[in-house]
Amino acid sequence: MTETVLRLSGISKRFGPVIANEAISLELRRGELLALLGENGAGKTTLMSILFGHYTADEGEIEVAGRPLPPGRPRAAIDAGIGMVHQHFSLADNLTVLENVMTGTEPPWRLRANRSAARRKLLAIAERFGLRVDPGRRVGDLSVGEQQRVEILKALYNDARVLILDEPTAVLTEQEAERLYATLRMMAREGLSLIFISHKLREVMAAADRIVVLRGGRSVAERLPADTSRSELAELMVGRRIARPVREAASPGAPVIAAHGVSVRHREGTDLEGIDFTVRAGETLGIVGVAGNGQTALARLASGLLAPEAGTLTILGRRVRQPDVAALVRAGVGRIPEDRNREGVIGELALWENAVLERIETERFSRRGIVDRGAARRFTQEIIDRFDVRGGGPDHRTSLLSGGNMQKLILGRSLIDGPSLLIAAQPTRGLDEGAIAAIHTRLLAARAEGAAVLLISEDLDEVIALADRVQAIAGGRLSPSIDGAAADARRLGLMMAGDWSAAGAAVADAD
Amino acid sequence: MDALWILASTGLWDAVLRIATPLIFGTLGALLCERAGVLNLGIEGIMTFGAMIGWLTVFSGGGLWTGLLVAALCGALFGLLHAGLTVPLGLSQHVTGLGITLFASALSYYIFRLVVPLEASPPTIAAFRPIEIPLVAEIPFLGEVLASQTAPTYLALALVAVMGWVLFRTPLGLAIRMTGENPHAAEAQGVNPLILRTACVMAGSALMGVGGAFLTMSAFNSFFPTMVQGRGWICIALVVFASWRPGWALFGAVLFAAFDAYQLRLQSALENAVPYQLFLMAPYLAAIGALALMARKARVPQALMRPYRRGER
Repeated sequence: MTETVLRLSGISKRFGPVIANEAISLELRRGELLALLGENGAGKTTLMSILFGHYTADEGEIEVAGRPLPPGRPRAAIDAGIGMVHQHFSLADNLTVLENVMTGTEPPWRLRANRSAARRKLLAIAERFGLRVDPGRRVGDLSVGEQQRVEILKALYNDARVLILDEPTAVLTEQEAERLYATLRMMAREGLSLIFISHKLREVMAAADRIVVLRGGRSVAERLPADTSRSELAELMVGRRIARPVREAASPGAPVIAAHGVSVRHREGTDLEGIDFTVRAGETLGIVGVAGNGQTALARLASGLLAPEAGTLTILGRRVRQPDVAALVRAGVGRIPEDRNREGVIGELALWENAVLERIETERFSRRGIVDRGAARRFTQEIIDRFDVRGGGPDHRTSLLSGGNMQKLILGRSLIDGPSLLIAAQPTRGLDEGAIAAIHTRLLAARAEGAAVLLISEDLDEVIALADRVQAIAGGRLSPSIDGAAADARRLGLMMAGDWSAAGAAVADAD
Repeated sequence: MDALWILASTGLWDAVLRIATPLIFGTLGALLCERAGVLNLGIEGIMTFGAMIGWLTVFSGGGLWTGLLVAALCGALFGLLHAGLTVPLGLSQHVTGLGITLFASALSYYIFRLVVPLEASPPTIAAFRPIEIPLVAEIPFLGEVLASQTAPTYLALALVAVMGWVLFRTPLGLAIRMTGENPHAAEAQGVNPLILRTACVMAGSALMGVGGAFLTMSAFNSFFPTMVQGRGWICIALVVFASWRPGWALFGAVLFAAFDAYQLRLQSALENAVPYQLFLMAPYLAAIGALALMARKARVPQALMRPYRRGER
């Protein structure tokens, strides 16, 4: 058996009354790719933060290569050969790749930083592991995938023997994720030991040598991929059986939103060029695509934040010429924005404030310019009850909610009045299995009640599960639609790559 | 014609360097603080205190360089106060800085009045004398301009180069810039952002103190409480104008000083044809104009004014 490079024994950590980790023990062997699987809040990130010295454990010890690691000091962890790739990258956007990598690696009092030596070392490592970067580029100008490469290189530059990756694929596209796992496996073959944190079953099954499941701060199981299944892992992770809901056949009604040859200029992202789509009442149209191909512009267009520059867009029977969010909200358009923390809610405000924000001026919540707090709180309580929002009452600060509960709040506020049209952009991004199932159930229910649902998602499984028809978005253009029943991962992959005829998409749109 | 002729006079440029020197010290000080991510609005008060304490040291028998050193140390102490409140405690940098300005200004006047009773004309000291550099004095024009400069001016010019080198060429400077951009990233690389920020604020505040001391120990030879006259705020603006780069800070300070020196001479040249208040306004208007042009391109340190707390994002 190969040597053990890392041993965690009996790690416990409490934050006030909350137990984040309880007596977790873990071993990592040389050349091993270990997956740490668990839902949000299972204690994965806390455990790894303790290992890297961001936190100090209340109890327990860490040994690296047989020697105890002093707690609470990132520098000690780095010196012991531990490297961490954070989920939210720890990079300085205004500095170059090389500067980001070499900060803190030289004695601070040296009169001159040795850039050329650092550059050579960086390029040699990049070459060895196939992580190509340009050391002189400003990090803020790189794509997310490239930035992650810089994060990994940073760890390797510090001579990491143990690499920890926190949710490494959360921000990556499908293709980037596959490339990343190929790289990680290569690193393991080269003798590095890796731990990656994930809640995505498919990834864990495909990539890991060994899987440790955390739940509620405890280590509940250890499995080899060959001896387990996705459903078993899901059950271990959640602690009960979770089944995603199944779509039933629908009978769509009249078109609710229809775009013909619509072009949009979008300053912060990809423009839309001559797109056509229609969503009818009681129908879900799924839009799949690799991030950054115009999804943001599309969601903003359908929500009334952008107006078409060419072509016609009709929402609820009215032609849209000017951006007018308020009018669309009044007309019954519900929206789930793709970035819930930036556009969905204001974290500093209370739940009730966020719940009524888009309708604050209506008679229901204000009288003669004064907010009716009672009505707003009752409305919020109703959302909390009906949509199972956990983690706080109407007066709690919204930023204290978990991602899944925040999303349920947004969903509740959009769905509670039975909207005619729902724009759902990346509705389950970053959520755990339980929350995903809940959100899917709600989306299907809204459709069954007659709402037209425009679902914009990068998650193929999600689109296949929910959409009646699917169109792909690539380079700001939309493919013709295919039937949801005929959509599979391979075909959607071709469509997302822009190869519409090979995917056999219908030439004419459905209406 | 006179207006243009002034530009070619050595007297003007001699004054420009003299006016620019305290601005260079102050701007470099503010720049260092901000590069590490801390806005230091205590600058106006710290400069006032530096002016007072430098003068007082010499007045009570200390040497000129001792005076500068004491001004630097007192500046560092105010820096420690500002850093103590804003770095580990994470208080608002604006409010704390303004508080320090009020506190340091008032304290300066208080100490001054304890030592010096109210008199018609404030007492004077023997200030820095111009230093003559043998060969440089021979150079036409430049030689004459430099002939009347004092040692602290040369120190300021040298510090521009030192600051540029430290920030952009040394591992320490890299760590400072990383801390100002993203303290979490700095910590992940084993740098302690709290210590680094505190040290930078102290060092930067020391420079501000020296900049104030220049006023009483070289530009003038006595202290009066309102003598800093907004120079600290100009330094804060110059940092933005310079886009947080020392070389540009020098350029900005000289540019502003040139406007100031020029308007003074223009006033007497035009002899009341235009109300003099307009001239007094000119350098500030020019500063706002230049700022508007430059600030668009400026790359603000991303973590400026954002307190760093461990384990929090």
